[in-house]
Amino acid sequence: MSLTIDDLNSLQIDVLREIGNIGAGNAATALSKMISKRIDMDVPKVNILEFKNVAELVGGPEVEVVGIYFKVTGDITGSIMFLLDKQSSKLLTNLLMGMEDTTDTLSEMEFSALQEVGNILAGSYLSSLSSLTGLKLIVSIPSLALDMAGAIISVPVILFGQVGDKVMLIETDFCEGTNHVKGNFFLIPDEESFEILLKSLGVV
Amino acid sequence: MADLIKVGMADLNTVCFPGVLTTLGLGSCVGICLYDSTTKIAGMAHIMLPSSQQIKNNSNIAKFADTGIVKLLEDMLQIGAKRNKIVAKLAGGAQMFNFNDSSDIMRIGARNVSATKESLKALNIPIIAEDTGGNYGRTIELYSDSGILLIKTIGYGTKQI
Repeated sequence: MSLTIDDLNSLQIDVLREIGNIGAGNAATALSKMISKRIDMDVPKVNILEFKNVAELVGGPEVEVVGIYFKVTGDITGSIMFLLDKQSSKLLTNLLMGMEDTTDTLSEMEFSALQEVGNILAGSYLSSLSSLTGLKLIVSIPSLALDMAGAIISVPVILFGQVGDKVMLIETDFCEGTNHVKGNFFLIPDEESFEILLKSLGVV
Repeated sequence: MADLIKVGMADLNTVCFPGVLTTLGLGSCVGICLYDSTTKIAGMAHIMLPSSQQIKNNSNIAKFADTGIVKLLEDMLQIGAKRNKIVAKLAGGAQMFNFNDSSDIMRIGARNVSATKESLKALNIPIIAEDTGGNYGRTIELYSDSGILLIKTIGYGTKQI
């Protein structure tokens, strides 16, 4: 039997937090370069939650958010989810494309730009994780949805339903100072991958 | 307005008149609503997965369509609902993200809906209305006074079934 969520000790959780730190640090740097703005990043959190509490993590199940979802395959499997509230996604596309679009909707072009941002962030997160661990990691193409946070976050969470009653999400919050673009970045390794991931860093 | 009782993910609950049950932000999960109009007893389950079979850890029975429905029905009968008067309404089962490879886990919404229908059929509970599928989230409210199921979405309007 491989390592499960309940088996994780505090050292292992610290290591997972550090993975979030390094991965998200690289992703934040990439985002900062892309929009030529300073990006602040919080200390990552390792959230171990029951399913019914997951939506609270993202501000409540009904908040309208943009979710950019990636599947991770290779030596470990899991998901990456980049969440932005609707206002932040609008601000971010304006910054990226040098526009002042004040409409309430997001155009095809803006969706496409957000997917590309997601792509770059997920790529830099995973490549740093890959060089740290020596594991081979492959990220899928992005898939984007603008909808209720609960509905969006349920997608990676369902995978955990097959193995247990809790989910673990490594979360890092970003904030762009002057324009208040706020986002959350989640790395959600599948439970079967915990052991491989931790072993690669010598803590199993 | 009557109290709104929230049903979380992988959770279920029942109410008597005049209670209202709600579950927020249903994605690929399915909201199963059972209602007996004679006693005005309502029940709602928010299931995540189609079947408890072949799953290693299936202690939370509200997580699965097959076991969740059975438990919900038991709970309703316990507070006085009439077995042969109970009808069902379904909502949810969307596919939130689109990937080209139609792997099983990506089609989970559709699988949840069909498993729910099979379980209801096995229990002889008629499905009188449904709003399932699509690629968008839903918030649902089940009113015990009328049995009406209110479905709210972002960008796809609000409807009653």
